[in-house]
Amino acid sequence: MQISVRRVDTATIFDVTGDIDLANSPEVRKALLREVREIRTARVLMNLSEVRYIDSSGVASLVEGLKASRDLGSRFILFGLSGAAREVLQLSRLLKVFEVYDNEESALAS
Amino acid sequence: MKERNRRLSREFLLKLELHSNPRLLRVVRGVVERLAEVFGFSAPGGRSVTRAVDEALTNIMRHSYRGLPDQPIAMYFRRVRRRAGGADCGLEVQLWDRGIKFDPAKNYVRKSSELRSGGLGLDFIRQAVDAVEYKRVGRTNRLRLVKYLPGHQKPVSQPPKVSRPRVQPRNKGRRMFVDHGFSRDIKSA
Repeated sequence: MQISVRRVDTATIFDVTGDIDLANSPEVRKALLREVREIRTARVLMNLSEVRYIDSSGVASLVEGLKASRDLGSRFILFGLSGAAREVLQLSRLLKVFEVYDNEESALAS
Repeated sequence: MKERNRRLSREFLLKLELHSNPRLLRVVRGVVERLAEVFGFSAPGGRSVTRAVDEALTNIMRHSYRGLPDQPIAMYFRRVRRRAGGADCGLEVQLWDRGIKFDPAKNYVRKSSELRSGGLGLDFIRQAVDAVEYKRVGRTNRLRLVKYLPGHQKPVSQPPKVSRPRVQPRNKGRRMFVDHGFSRDIKSA
């Protein structure tokens, strides 16, 4: 898995590529929580278009990011969900819990 | 007994032994995905089997072995039938470990759309396969997962019989792999 960070205006975008599983989900969680809790970014966006697989620990990391952003009154947004990412969020019945957009443009414009 | 052993041997498909290192999860997913495909599962069916196995392994690594990356895990894959002599065929996966007792069936059940990070893996396993059974035998946790092929599908045919070569193996008498003690238990699987 690779995770890279971009800053666009007041938002931070994480581009994630590959599989998110127990081997690397702590890295995702750490990066997200740092951005939300320490840097206090107003909008944190996750680009999941290149994610091939997410396991329960990966979904749990996204949930942690969402909970932290709710606690601090910021926004946590997912966009460009790959088939695998959409499938796992549907399985977990969490798809409607997250703020989800089709692409980066609509996520940034929201 | 002989007949039972013959049947077990005939239905046996694959055995994997690995350490509880999360970096191996991706490798196992690749193997299970291919096996499910060869077994006759559709792409979504194969993804379900793969997810169930991946989540079960993740649970063993996280909970049973508490994150220790060098502990033994054995996996046995075999063909099973829903009823003796029946047509319904399924893929059985048994996951054995020597960690602390961990019964997924007795663990937390998530409510719909609940915003909690725990319990997701068990929820995924239950959704993905037709049967989930746990038992503790001695020091071993045994988790059994079964996914049946849809009624109209037939599993792949048995491999053709081949005669055994009469050549003596060069490593006869030597142990090629570290046996964590799972092997002697296979007949009771």
